[in-house]
Amino acid sequence: MWQIYSLAFLMIVGSLVAVHTRYLLSAVISLAVVGLVLCIAFLYLQAPDCAITQIVVEVIALIILIRATGAERDVSEIKGKKEIFAAETAVIFIIVFAFFVFRALSDLPEFGHPLMKVSGEYLKEGLKQTGSANLVTSILLDYRAYDTLGEVTVLFTAILGAMIVLREVGRKKR
Amino acid sequence: MSLIKNNNKGMTVIVKTIVKFVTPPIILFGIYIFFHGHLTPGGGFPGGVIIASAFILLTLAFGKEVASQKLKKSTASLLESAGALIFLCLALAGIAAGGWFFVNFLPKGYPLRILSAGFIPLANIGIGIKVGVGIFAVFLVLAIFRTFVKK
Repeated sequence: MWQIYSLAFLMIVGSLVAVHTRYLLSAVISLAVVGLVLCIAFLYLQAPDCAITQIVVEVIALIILIRATGAERDVSEIKGKKEIFAAETAVIFIIVFAFFVFRALSDLPEFGHPLMKVSGEYLKEGLKQTGSANLVTSILLDYRAYDTLGEVTVLFTAILGAMIVLREVGRKKR
Repeated sequence: MSLIKNNNKGMTVIVKTIVKFVTPPIILFGIYIFFHGHLTPGGGFPGGVIIASAFILLTLAFGKEVASQKLKKSTASLLESAGALIFLCLALAGIAAGGWFFVNFLPKGYPLRILSAGFIPLANIGIGIKVGVGIFAVFLVLAIFRTFVKK
């Protein structure tokens, strides 16, 4: 349990840095750190499909945000000790990542070996365990409710972004 | 009737009349879809999109002002947040009920009845409100933005 608390603490620190830093690029990168830690948290909670979606979306969002903020102007060159520091950080993150991936994936059955094991279990036990006659809904909102929560969050964020970018109030008149 | 006669914006009288008759059944169908999400194919997401399509139809036929009277943008964003919060509170209520996140804490009931499957119908209602109103809000925002650019 302490692992998930430490990951949550790291996420909070990342978002605080993103809010309080002076430079846009630092804010964007600390936001990406939050996303990466969230991905590790998904792996720890044994939701590898969520983690894959999270990491892909995070990378794309990072690229788009860096392009959108025009932050390439205040990129300073990294030389000397900082380069070694960056390499060390990368190695440490890879090790942490591999550890949680191993924890998450070691319990999964062998690739393709017991065919349809999980799905067969859902089909057999779904009605009894959830009481929902529609098995897809029972999977979406009971077995895979984390996925649906993430989907709702993604949609909420997209709508929020559209409403903020295309707003009328506060826009400068030409 | 006054809605059709007093408004020159939007499409022709034929379209307006048909939309007037068609919109309530579409909204009712959307509500049916997300109330029966645990029994028949569907659920909160498609039901919400159907309701949003009804409002988009209203907007296209009668113009932006009439649709905004039916559902203001501020109300839309409020309802959207409320729908998302309903779903999250249902998930958190599992912890309060002594289980874990997303535990199905309500009684299961008998299968194939509308009051069965614990909290799944409630979650469907929350998602339905959220998706429907949210997609309509995005449409309204985009429509407003287009008129803004034209000026």
